Amino acid sequence: MSSRTLYDKLWAQHLVTSRDDGSALIYIDRHLLHEVTSPQAFEGLRLAGRKPWRRDANLATPDHNVPTTLKERSAGNAGILDSVSRIQVETLDANCESFDIEEFRINDERQGIVHVVGPEQGATLPGMTVVCGDSHTATHGAFAALSHGIGTSEVEHVLATQCLIAQKMKNMQVRVEGKLGLGVTAKDIVLAVIGRIGTAGGTGYAIEFAGSAIRELSMEGRMTICNMAIEAGARVGLVAVDDNTIEYLRGRPYAPSVEQWPAAVEAWRNLVSDEGAHFDKVVELDAAEIEPQVTWGTSPEMVVNVSATVPDPAGASDETVERGMKRALEYMGLEAGQKITDIQLDKVFIGSCTNSRIEDLREAAKVARGRKVADNIQLAMVVPGSGLVKRLAEAEGLDKIFIEAGFEWREPGCSMCLAMNADKLGAGERCASTSNRNFEGRQGYGGRTHLVSPAMAAAAAIEGHFVDVRDYDYAPAATMSA
Amino acid sequence: MKKFERLDGLVAPLDRANVDTDLIIPKQFLKSIKRTGFGPNLFDELRYLDEGYPGQDTSSRPLNPDFVLNQSRYQGAQVLLARRNFGCGSSREHAPWALDDFGFRVVIAPSFADIFYNNSFKNGILLITLDEATVERLFQETEASEGYRLDIDLDAQTITTPSGDVIAFDADPFRKHCLLEGLDDIGLTLEQSGAIRDFESRHRAAQPWLFRDA
Repeated sequence: MSSRTLYDKLWAQHLVTSRDDGSALIYIDRHLLHEVTSPQAFEGLRLAGRKPWRRDANLATPDHNVPTTLKERSAGNAGILDSVSRIQVETLDANCESFDIEEFRINDERQGIVHVVGPEQGATLPGMTVVCGDSHTATHGAFAALSHGIGTSEVEHVLATQCLIAQKMKNMQVRVEGKLGLGVTAKDIVLAVIGRIGTAGGTGYAIEFAGSAIRELSMEGRMTICNMAIEAGARVGLVAVDDNTIEYLRGRPYAPSVEQWPAAVEAWRNLVSDEGAHFDKVVELDAAEIEPQVTWGTSPEMVVNVSATVPDPAGASDETVERGMKRALEYMGLEAGQKITDIQLDKVFIGSCTNSRIEDLREAAKVARGRKVADNIQLAMVVPGSGLVKRLAEAEGLDKIFIEAGFEWREPGCSMCLAMNADKLGAGERCASTSNRNFEGRQGYGGRTHLVSPAMAAAAAIEGHFVDVRDYDYAPAATMSA
Repeated sequence: MKKFERLDGLVAPLDRANVDTDLIIPKQFLKSIKRTGFGPNLFDELRYLDEGYPGQDTSSRPLNPDFVLNQSRYQGAQVLLARRNFGCGSSREHAPWALDDFGFRVVIAPSFADIFYNNSFKNGILLITLDEATVERLFQETEASEGYRLDIDLDAQTITTPSGDVIAFDADPFRKHCLLEGLDDIGLTLEQSGAIRDFESRHRAAQPWLFRDA
């Protein structure tokens, strides 16, 4: 057989039927659900008198609407003050109960952001197809699982048939070779990639991230990168299986049993692109040249090095881009030529499915340790990605580091990444955020978002404005005890 | 799904690239557990001068007079003309639900984001991809002449302008078929239950660890 990419292999392993017109039916191994994009799908099933095809393929948890403050959280669903949000979470509970779907409810310690929970439980495995009614499902591709976001009609389709109607994507390889500088992280890699190829650069492609810099990353780092493939337009981000992948999964609750483990590992070892496999597009980056990244505008592609200045729309490639840049500057309240490190902030958010895992919190804590949040920062919050991440962070004493520095230590959920709960920016407020989207109004009506890594966000909280985290006394991850 | 065959509709131009689904329908409206009623909040942050809330009566809210859909000449538009990468970002199907509820049946742009593209078809909205130059020409014609309409024929895959020019467009054969017939794709897939079951048993035999109830 000819050389195949990882994506080609995963596609072939899940192909149920294909039609002459290019559409195909692919089998879905894991379906993750949350409260926002599932109610209409369950209602559709109910109206048509259908049942889930395979209950054990589904796993649900509420994440978008849940409060992150202990007072509200300790009251369970009743603590969700916004009644519309509360109804949505209660609807998920009721649907999971009536359709017999496993759910980690609001105060289950395993609850959290669905894209943190899946891998943490071992519910995301190499060689799987993973879907969820959420575009950041791309995250799970870090495990060489073919994973992508779907809409609510497709949620219903997967529940009813265990399949999706799909078309094969094209293959893109993003190769990052070399060694990252101290203080430069997975988040900076992926923001640099988006800056390079643009927010539509990956449309129609499955992107495989490869190269020595990717192989050096932990699973958390790989998840951060795959998570934001969608911000480059690619529904799918992938990383090949290696020892890191396998060791991460060993012993997790949903992972293969001890008896199944050797056969599973043998199968997983094949989940790499073959030598000489054809990619329709290849993008190469030199890891050593990547600086800490900061977005300045209202699209993730509007990103620059921390040492740079806010770009001038006059230098835009065409008129549509120029108009977009002008509008973004106006919305963001910035001037062309302004130094990124001169941008003063109001709030700092460390969390989201991009950056709320234990490694992210450790990175931020290294910066925060022994320092204090600047006076001009009205709120600096750390929101762990799941109850288990929170517990582990507390066992390591990270919560104390954050609290002593003046950060708020919250309960797990999506929180201010998209501000569906009470955590949001006010109009005109400026935030350094470890989330994934800087769209207008994303973190709150009129709010201004700058996307950065956890270390950069923590340093911005301490200084009150952006700084180059490489100027900090910043210990490499390897020297931190886990 | 809703059928789409042919439409002669008024065109509204939204001259902005990378329109994301947060902009099409902001997050606070995603708390609804229904599929309908999103139309009044389509492009909420562009359309109104204040912040919107779910369940609010939008008729008394201050409109942004500069926003294209608030202009009288575009009232009743069914065709939205847009720029590149329309529908990027979140997978929320509330975006096509809002477009549909507002009255749009067709969106024309140089490119669309993948998830939005799928979601729109599932709701009977026809997305047409045309090259940048043609889209630019349609923008100019729409803005130059009030009451500008396009006659869109999916079966023939043509757009006819008021001056009689015919622009051909590509359509994915499977999606075209589903739109023309208004097919329920869950029903279609369930016709292949046998093939799915066969696949499932082979898959289970090869990788039993993928099945927790094994």
